Formats: sequence, structure tokens, C-alpha cells
Amino acid sequence: MMTKTLTTITAKPAPEETQSCWSCGTMRAMHFCESCGKVQPPAPVDYFTFFGLPRKLNIEVAALDKDFYGLSRKLHPDLNARAGDREQEWSLQQSSLLNDAHRTLKDPIKRTQYLLKLEGVELEEQSKSATEQARSTGQAKKQIVPPDLLEEVFELNMQLEELRMQKKMGEDDPALIEEIGRQKLELEEKYEALLHELQGYWRTWDALMDREQAGQVVSEDERKRALDRMVDVLNRRNYIRNLVRDVSEVLESD
Amino acid sequence: MTTDRIVGIDLGTTNSLVAFMQGEIPVVIPGEDGSNLVPSVVALDQNNQPVIGNAARNSLISDPERAVYSIKRLMGRGVDDVKDELKFFPFRLAADLQPGEVLRIKLGKKTFTPPEISALILRQLKRNAERFFGAPVTQAVITVPAYFNDAQRQATKDAGRIAGLEVLRLVNEPTAASLAYGLDKKQNGIVAVYDLGGGTFDISILKLHDGIFEVVATNGDTHLGGDDIDNLLITIALDDIQGDLGLDLRRNPEVVQTVRKAVIEAKIALSSQASTKLDIELPGGKRYLRQITRDQFEQLIQPVIDKTVGPCKQAMKDAGLKPEQIDEVVLVGGSTRIPKVRALVKELFQRGPHTDLNPDEVVALGAAVQANILGGGSVATENMLLLDVTPLSLGIEVAGGVTDKIILRNSTIPASATQFYTTQVDGQANVAIHVLQGERELAKDCRSLARFDLKGIPAMAAGMARIEVKFLIDANGILHVSAREQRSGKEAEIQVQPSYGLTDEQVESMILDSFDSAEEDFRQRQVIEARNEAATIMAALDKGKKSPAWAVLTTEEKKNIAKMEKALIAVKSEDDYQAIRKAIDALNQGTMRLAELMMDSAVTTALKGKNMDETDMGEGPTAPHPMAKAEFE
Repeated sequence: MMTKTLTTITAKPAPEETQSCWSCGTMRAMHFCESCGKVQPPAPVDYFTFFGLPRKLNIEVAALDKDFYGLSRKLHPDLNARAGDREQEWSLQQSSLLNDAHRTLKDPIKRTQYLLKLEGVELEEQSKSATEQARSTGQAKKQIVPPDLLEEVFELNMQLEELRMQKKMGEDDPALIEEIGRQKLELEEKYEALLHELQGYWRTWDALMDREQAGQVVSEDERKRALDRMVDVLNRRNYIRNLVRDVSEVLESD
Repeated sequence: MTTDRIVGIDLGTTNSLVAFMQGEIPVVIPGEDGSNLVPSVVALDQNNQPVIGNAARNSLISDPERAVYSIKRLMGRGVDDVKDELKFFPFRLAADLQPGEVLRIKLGKKTFTPPEISALILRQLKRNAERFFGAPVTQAVITVPAYFNDAQRQATKDAGRIAGLEVLRLVNEPTAASLAYGLDKKQNGIVAVYDLGGGTFDISILKLHDGIFEVVATNGDTHLGGDDIDNLLITIALDDIQGDLGLDLRRNPEVVQTVRKAVIEAKIALSSQASTKLDIELPGGKRYLRQITRDQFEQLIQPVIDKTVGPCKQAMKDAGLKPEQIDEVVLVGGSTRIPKVRALVKELFQRGPHTDLNPDEVVALGAAVQANILGGGSVATENMLLLDVTPLSLGIEVAGGVTDKIILRNSTIPASATQFYTTQVDGQANVAIHVLQGERELAKDCRSLARFDLKGIPAMAAGMARIEVKFLIDANGILHVSAREQRSGKEAEIQVQPSYGLTDEQVESMILDSFDSAEEDFRQRQVIEARNEAATIMAALDKGKKSPAWAVLTTEEKKNIAKMEKALIAVKSEDDYQAIRKAIDALNQGTMRLAELMMDSAVTTALKGKNMDETDMGEGPTAPHPMAKAEFE
């Protein structure tokens, strides 16, 4: 049986620990040396910092993409294939970090979730321990019904039950199917609208970040409120997505 | 890195090719027989020496127990995966295979793993390239289907290593094709590559911009290709034969292979003709004759080619694109020559496909381009960069037998994900992790990639250990795992149990075997060549003895020549090629004067009928010295 052990770099001092480029001595850049172009060991930074961006949610995706392609040309293993082993390893680490960061920041929802994680907030729906517990006990995960949807959800669930029964007995009520279909479309519209709502809260958060940057104090409360709003939107959005999926399942079943 | 050339290799199900970048253009390197394609067929000759390519193809019919084709279908697979294949493919598996073990197949009395068979094909391509360059070749870029999973990719890398090649990069076949296309066209836009080969189907959608080849989405079926079309036809023919002639020849390997050959020829003919005939000689002097029209053929294969529609639609969905947003469709693979396939592609993408590039060669050419990007050297590839994706989601098995996806399909690679684990029991030293690939919810429906054991966790109370496990998919699409216990900072040992794969030690041992037989092969070739030369020089000597020049020699010279000749005859039947060469040299020396005399007399005879004025003396003798010293490497 093959054992793989991880090796540590024995050069002293390790390039990761110095402030200058391991190759030409210029001040160390995060990804590659501005002076001589050599790939640098990856620094343990978050995705925003990796792209030189502040921790704000409104991002210009075109500029992000441009940065992404530019950095790819410098960091990708294919273009560092003639470098030494150490550099090739850094190149692999750096470009995986680059790809992970780009993928996360490019998508509005992933970006929001990432920021929440950085700020130490866990989404109820997504918490891993809740999922694991649900799986091991066989119980359905506790789903919080968004308050503004309570009535709608109640009615819709009744209609779905009725439709399930009908289908079991081989009956068919076109009016019911049409009504459910209409409700599904309404939910889908709500789903789209939630993204706009989220982007509104982005502005709130970004304003806080601007104030902090300008040297002003932002209270824990203000931060928490802004983050909680976003958590709430994401939860509602998830709930609606799951509901729409359930409706589709029943409509499409025999 | 050496300054040796890096080659690009297409290791195909049906045919394999090797190519390199010649200046600014990629070219395919032909084999000794001048052919660009090396059939992916391996056989053992009567001396148990491997034979590869066209030479091995004849063995399929004459000696099917000692030959194998389409080995790519078995790479990275286990005995359960290939059960169904066995109905249609004459793979003879070793009897004692366990589930989860790497496959072993029988050729004659020997057994081989699929990577070893593929290594023999790779070694042949390596030799073709070395012969062409007159220099060693030790590094290559090898292509794989985009939809190949981790085990299949690892098996391909292993094959390269066994063949003595450092595999610098595995490139996905459709991506490679797009490189060849992009190098040629130099245009920005969205390109779909539809790759239907002998055994696998891939569809990739790429964005080409300013030299960047970015894969947006990829999908496919690693169990779908021209072979399946062939098998359909073979089954029908055999059923027919049974029905018409009352003969059940399904278990007769020679007949099945003969039918296969005929069916393939018919399939190819129907791409350019409206009808063709199957005319097969059967044992006992019987004959199977059947007319087949293109219409009938198309009806028969419709279900097979229809299976390409689902992956194409899913890929477009994943890419968020509609057919009208795609600028170009590139066809790859021999099966795309079938008119019905082209029609299907036209319908799916609502445009005629790009057919300028040779569908058999385009992947190898693209691999050569990638080899050039890695090694540098051409202005043409200076600004080119490939950004590929992982085709399958990577997941971990969690409580309840469910897959927790940690890297989603179509994520640009290299890509990584980090997971945290802890211990359940006080002092627990190991944690087991089961990694999977696939899109399904349940672990049992996904592809088992490997089981990792994190060992050497420092003794702690249950739940105290915080083990950070990093999963990294590299640019080859292969997974690497590293782990660290955060509280102690200790790096955990990882023991890898690859599913259906070879361990590093097994690969190492196979390299040595291959190396030994490479030495042996080399030696045997030298012996054969030396013996041939000996035969040539002795035939020339016989001729010399009958010529008038022989009479001019002194008795001493004749005695000397006789001695040399006897010495050569004595050593010729032995295995020492160096001794044979020495004896040839000695005889050459001894017959030098005889050769000169023969040359003179030839000139004299020719001039006899002419006077000096008429005679055009030309530039002197141009015929090679009949006993000229042989040139050899």
C-alpha cells in the first residue's frame, strides 16, 4: 500500500516568510513578481483580497473577468511548465486559488454566501450539522417558512395534496392543475424579485464598508443588521426554490 | 527539463497518432509503413513478442486469442463495469479478479493490465517519433476523453510512465481539437466540439477569445461510439446467418472478427455510397451475402446516435447558451463521417458543422499545439492558454450514504475545496474518507474514486481534533489530497487506495519489465539486421565468384576470402550481433580488391562498343559498391 507523505520546504528562510521576491529580491507581490515575473508562493488570503478588492458586494463582473484572464496568463501551470518543481507547485496552488476566487465572486449568490461566511454567519438552511443530523435521524430538516408566505404556502400545500390524491386515483382536474401552475409562476417571479432585494442590501453593506474605510466607526449592531437582512433574503429564496421544485415534481408525475 | 522535443499523442480507442509542432504548424509523424494512423490493436506473435498496429490487425482474425483491440474501453474500470462489454467484446479477463481490483486480460498465456497494453501502443508511437527525429523522446502530452473520470485519467498517466514517457499534461480531446481549430482560424467566438470516436462521446462548449480557449461546459458518455454501431451490425449479421443458414457462429472468435471486419468496411462504404454488400466467407465453404442500403443502416443506428442528444442539450444548458449563440461546430472522430451523424449535428446546433479539419487527426494536432504551449518555441502559440474544466462533480460520502458535492462539475481547473473533519472517539488516530465523482445524490450511484485514510492523528479527546483536508483537482483533472491537523499543525499521512487502479509500486515494477523487454527487443532487432547484411554480402560474394574478376585474384587472396567467409557462416546463426558485424567487416576488407576489379570490368564492358569521342564518361560510377559497408544506426 502506497504511503504519500507531505514534504515541507527546507530552504531557510522559506520564500513564504520573506517580504521579497525569492528570485530577484524586489518587494514581494501576492501572485507574481512585478519586476521579474516569477510566480510567488501563495499567501493565505480571502478571495476579495486575492483580487485586490474591498469586502464589498457590488462588483463589476467585466473588470473581475479581465483581471481573471490576466492573472491566468501569469499563474497557470501550463505557462510555468518549464519552471522548477517549487515554482510549479506554487503555480498549481495559486491558479486553483484564482479559479476558486473567480468562481465564487462572479456569481451574486455565491459571493453573498462567501461574505457571510467570512463575517462568521452561518445560514440556517445550509448548516452542515443540521443536514447531517437530519440525514442520520431520517427526519426532514426544519424549514422555516418565511412569514410573508405562510398563507400562500399553506394553501398551495393543500392543493398539492389534493392533486397527489387525484393522480393516485387516476383522476384529472384541469382547473386545479391550472391554478397550481399559476401559483408556480407567481413564486418564480417572487424568486427573481428576491435577487433585486438582495442587491438593495448589498448597497447597505457597501455603504458601511465605505464608512469604515473613511475612518468612521461602524457598530457591531449595524453590521449584524445588514448581514441578517441578507441571510433572510437567501433563506426565503432557498425556500421558494425548494417549493417550486416540489410543485414541478407533482405536476410532472403520473 | 531537457531540450528534447515534446510530442502530442492521441491515444484513441480505434487509432492512435503522434504529432509535433514543426515551426508554426502541427504535423502528424508517420510510422515506418508511412501511415499516420496506428491502429490501437496489440497482439502477441509466436515468440510472445508484442506486435502493435497494422501488423497486429491480421492477428485479430487469424489468432484472436492472442490479440486485443479497443483497450481504452477497459482503462480505469473494474470487473463489474465491464460485465456488459464482454457480451460484445472478446476481452478475456483473468479468472480470479476481485471487485475494486485493476483488470487483467489474457493474451495467449500471458496476462496484462489495460495500462500495460496501452503502454505498448504508446511505446510504438514513441519509437515512430524517435525514428523521425533521430533523437530520444521522453516527454509527451496525451489526450483523454473530456468525460473520463479520475481513475481513467490516472490509468492513462500510468500507461505513459510504463512506456517511458513523462506525461506533462493530459488534455481533453475536444479541447485539443479546438486548439487545432483555433490555431487555424484565429477567430474569437463560441465553439462547440462534437467528438464521436470509436468508444467515447464528448461534447464541449468553449469560448475562444484573444488566444484563450476557455471551456464553459462539457458532457458526454464514455460508453458510446463507433464500436457500438459495429456491434449492432455484427449482431444482426450473426442473427441473420443463424436464421438463414442455421449456423450459430457467435462463439467462434475467428468468424466474429471476420464479420466485424466486413461490417466496418460496409459502414465506411455507406458514408459515400447509397448501398453496399456484405460478402463473408464462412467455415465449411458457406457464404453470407447481404445487400444493405444507407436507409436501412441509418434506421438501425438511430438509437445509438440519438444517445448523443441528451449530453449536448445538458452541456448547452450548463453553459447557459442557446444553439443560435454558438458560432461554430467542429466535428471530431471517425464516426462523424456518417452522414446521419452530420445531419443530427446540424439539427441540434442549427448550423452546418465545420468539416475542414481531418476528424481522425485533429486531436493529435491539438495535442501537439498544447505540447508546444508547455514547452514554448513557437510564435504561433505564444498567446495561447487553455482553461479547461472538471467534467464531473467531486463529492464526499457522508452519513446516510449521501454524496456531499464539494467541487461542482464544469468548475475551471485547477480547483480546490477544503473540508474539516474531527474524531468521534477519544484517541482516534484515523479518519476514513470516501471520495466520489458524479451527479447523483446517493454515494452508491456515483463513481467511487478512492478511499483515503488519514492516519497519525495526534491522540486527543473526541471532537477536539480539527483536521483540514484539502482536495485539489490539478490541470490534468486528477485529484490530490493533503491534510493537516490544525491544533498540532501536524501533517497527516494519507494512504491512498485507488479504485480500479495501480499503486505507484505496481507501475514502477511494470516500467522495469518494459525496460527489460525493450532491451531485449533492441538486441533482437540488431541480430536480425546483422543477419540480413550477412546474407547480402554473401550473395554478392557468390556473384563475384562467377565473374571474370575472380580469375584475376591471387591464390593467397582467394584463400583469405574463403577463411573470412567461413568465419561469417559460423557466427551468423548465433545471437551475438556484434560478432556477426565484425565478421562482415572482415569479409568486406578481404573482398575490397575483388569489388574494385568487378567495377572496372563493368565499365570496360560498357565502353567496349564505343570510341572515346562518343563516350560520355559522366560523373563516374554511381552504382553502389556491391560489397559496400552497410549503414546502420
